[in-house]
Amino acid sequence: MAQAEIPYQESMELHHPHSWVTKYWYSQDHKVIAIQYGITAMAVGLVALVLSWIMRMQIGFPETGAAWGITPDIYYQSITMHGMIMVIYLLTAFLLGSFGNYLIPLMLGARDMVFPFVNMISYHVYLLSVIVLLLGYVLPGGPTGAGWTLYPPQAILSGTPGVDWGIITMLGSLAIFIVAFTMGGLNYVTTILQARTRGMTLMRMPLSVWGIFAATVLGLLAFPALFVSAVMMLLDKLIHTSFFMPAIASAFDAAATQYDGGSPLLFQHLFWFFGHPEVYIVALPAFGVVSDLLSVHARKNIFGYRMMVWAIVAIGVLSFIVWAHHMYVAGMHPYFGFFFATTTLIIAVPTAIKVYNWTITLWRANIKFTVPMLFAISFVITFVVGGLTGLFLGNVIVDVPLSDTYFVVAHFHMVMGVSPILVIFGGIYHWYPKITGRMLNDTIGKWHFWVTAIGTYLIYFPMHYLGFVGTPRRYYDNVLASGGESAFYPESAALLNAGISITAFVVGAFQFLFIYNLVVSYWRGREAGPNPWGATSLEWRTPQTPPIHGNWGDQLPTVHRWAYDFSVPGEKEDFIPQDVPRQA
Amino acid sequence: MAVAIFLLVLVVGSVVFTFVSPWWFTDIASNWGTIDTTVLITFWVCGVVFVAVGLFMAYSTWKFRHQEDSRAEYEPENSRLEWALTIVTTIGVALMLAPGLIVWEDYVNVPDDAQEFEVLAKQWTWAFRFPGEDGKFGTVHVRNINVDNPFGMNPDDPNGADDVLINRNEVHLPINQPFKALLRSNDVLHDFWVPEIRAKMDAVPGMITYFWFEPTKVGKYDILCAELCGRGHYTMRGEFFIDTQEDFDSWLAAQPTWEQMQAGISPKVYSALARRGREVADTQGCFACHSLDGSQVVGPTWQGLWGSERQLTDGSSVTVDEPYIIESIREPAVQLVEGFAPVMIPYGADLISDDDVEALVAYLREETSPEEEAAEE
Repeated sequence: MAQAEIPYQESMELHHPHSWVTKYWYSQDHKVIAIQYGITAMAVGLVALVLSWIMRMQIGFPETGAAWGITPDIYYQSITMHGMIMVIYLLTAFLLGSFGNYLIPLMLGARDMVFPFVNMISYHVYLLSVIVLLLGYVLPGGPTGAGWTLYPPQAILSGTPGVDWGIITMLGSLAIFIVAFTMGGLNYVTTILQARTRGMTLMRMPLSVWGIFAATVLGLLAFPALFVSAVMMLLDKLIHTSFFMPAIASAFDAAATQYDGGSPLLFQHLFWFFGHPEVYIVALPAFGVVSDLLSVHARKNIFGYRMMVWAIVAIGVLSFIVWAHHMYVAGMHPYFGFFFATTTLIIAVPTAIKVYNWTITLWRANIKFTVPMLFAISFVITFVVGGLTGLFLGNVIVDVPLSDTYFVVAHFHMVMGVSPILVIFGGIYHWYPKITGRMLNDTIGKWHFWVTAIGTYLIYFPMHYLGFVGTPRRYYDNVLASGGESAFYPESAALLNAGISITAFVVGAFQFLFIYNLVVSYWRGREAGPNPWGATSLEWRTPQTPPIHGNWGDQLPTVHRWAYDFSVPGEKEDFIPQDVPRQA
Repeated sequence: MAVAIFLLVLVVGSVVFTFVSPWWFTDIASNWGTIDTTVLITFWVCGVVFVAVGLFMAYSTWKFRHQEDSRAEYEPENSRLEWALTIVTTIGVALMLAPGLIVWEDYVNVPDDAQEFEVLAKQWTWAFRFPGEDGKFGTVHVRNINVDNPFGMNPDDPNGADDVLINRNEVHLPINQPFKALLRSNDVLHDFWVPEIRAKMDAVPGMITYFWFEPTKVGKYDILCAELCGRGHYTMRGEFFIDTQEDFDSWLAAQPTWEQMQAGISPKVYSALARRGREVADTQGCFACHSLDGSQVVGPTWQGLWGSERQLTDGSSVTVDEPYIIESIREPAVQLVEGFAPVMIPYGADLISDDDVEALVAYLREETSPEEEAAEE
């Protein structure tokens, strides 16, 4: 037993940097890598933001949009790139690459990731995947406009924009990203299982780490499905194999006659076998982080910690047997509908438990409305809407009239667009003091919060109702082709769309204020001190702020309690850090 | 305080919006009122949960805001409460799932008295086929498709001779008769959807998919493509009519059968250059968007094209001649015909050589000029 008490990384050899390049570019320090991931993801996220303006311009003001040069090709390329960037290159990269890298070693009392060199390579491969993705914009034909789901046959046939190079760079970039993710992911899992400090049992880990852990396991199991489908589609495109391509009579692509015998549905199964767990790859880290934000700023323990952990595990397992709920009207055997509707609605139960426990955490709390807390609370209400509308789309027959309409757009933006981004904002406001040693500006932060929270709700809540009317998604123009007003797009809907677009422009513009805050506070922000929020988890107990390479002094900290000892009766302070010994 | 007000306004505002907003389902025109019922059940169950959680949060954020002299309660767990919530949630979920699955069973089991019709989807138009008097569809294959055989009919299959073929964006069905829609696609994924029918299904190349419905309200409705199918996706519209039985019968009788369509294909005499132009038109896929029979599909029809007067989007008009046709191939958006979307890509010299354009122009002159047609008769 004595052996087990020596933490794995007590005396770890670290590759200390010798120059600017090895300190900030080829760094093996998990904290630097986290920041690299974060900055790159935010930069590419701004590209996605501008793309969303282009599409909102066209949807809200089709005549002006067309006059400004937004063609159908540009519109479809914009929705495709916006979707893929947000899901993969921003959300996945930020929640796991940035939060995961920064928090795992610090929260577990480790000096670094278990494989720091692989961790470094992971970021540079991720950067390469972003560059390859954006190459689509400079190569002939532009990026692909196949929609982020990249459904064949259209993704590789000439009736779709970007079939010359765009689809190749897209599939290549995804394959590269998966390589990067695998290197990072193996690190996160191994570090969590191997490198926890003394006393840090699994059931004492902060929920942030639990969420990141479960999401990473999901990613390692799900991304290979995307990888093989990307490779297979590349082969279909480049050497005319027919994995996904049946016999086709295409009016636009003479080469299409070479295909025979493939199955477009096979791609959809592979894609969603990845794509549904992907929703939870994004959601679970957000669930974890928001649990910690709520608890710290409410000065109260997270309610039902053990249930929260098991809910994360249950959601992770179930997420692998619900994928075909994205395919209810795709033409698969209709009997699948019974199975997948049942599994999908079952997953609502552990998800609902998490929501209850977040709200019960607020009950009889002592809530400080700091900026991170504001974002955390608005996450909960946004997620409630997004989660509940998932019960519509998950219940097979209810999905039939709503599938492929704006209801779907509203649902997934609420549940896996706005919700995780609110958590990312909350997390940045929460940990920025640890990362830089300075506080973000509170006034700017509050402006940023109110505009974002109210604005996104105004954008997406009414959008559900366009779906009831029957307004289809992915239409470049709803008026032109029908020659005026129609039942599925009344004039009032056009007016609503104009309003949504204006709101989206404003909300988007306010994100630049956030970037400004990040930059300026780095130099001008108020000194934070080691633990400005009075939090309990280990990252707030480092000897230096910001923590130096290696994180801890000569000895790793020893953990004596869970991460949620807030407002313990009889104690003087309203929080007790994890490394404070219990009194005998 | 601000947060509590925000949450309260959000909950109340959402409820009020639901009742006062003009946006809700279109009037239903099929038997699938049961689908609307399942949506409503889901809406009410979810609505109650949303209001309850929202108000609970609003109250908590108001009541338990930070006070210096106060402390939060220390309560790590409460298994009775947690289990109670789990059980209540499970019941709520079952309340939505059970009726959903019952209606889904109805959806996948086609009634015995349903008649069949076929929806053929292709970029970016619709076509329709009825089995004719024998009640049997002839076999088809995409490899048979060409401009004279747009459905890919198997010429050797006798069942196909009386199939009724409608090669345009319009279909009629009689009221109060269940129909099974058989969906087929020539090229990419599409989705046949009439919002007032509620039901929809993707058309997938390489396989036949289906759904069934019974039209219940006479009228004219929009057909939409609901699955992204390329740059012209949003132009893929059609007209769906629900007729009385008599109106439907007379409409159907006026549509050509495969046999009649074959008989109507007159062998025309072209110059060698025009024959090559026709090949160019076939291989470049011009007929996907431009018809020869006057039907308006994605692009303007070629019937009577040569020498005709065309109204342009900028209000001016143009007489169709060689320079205009060449420009419309090379730079189609420059002089766009009124009523059409700018979806055609510019065919530069890398796609169609100058020689091929010349051949195409010759073909269009011989095929579509009114004098020649007159001369033939």
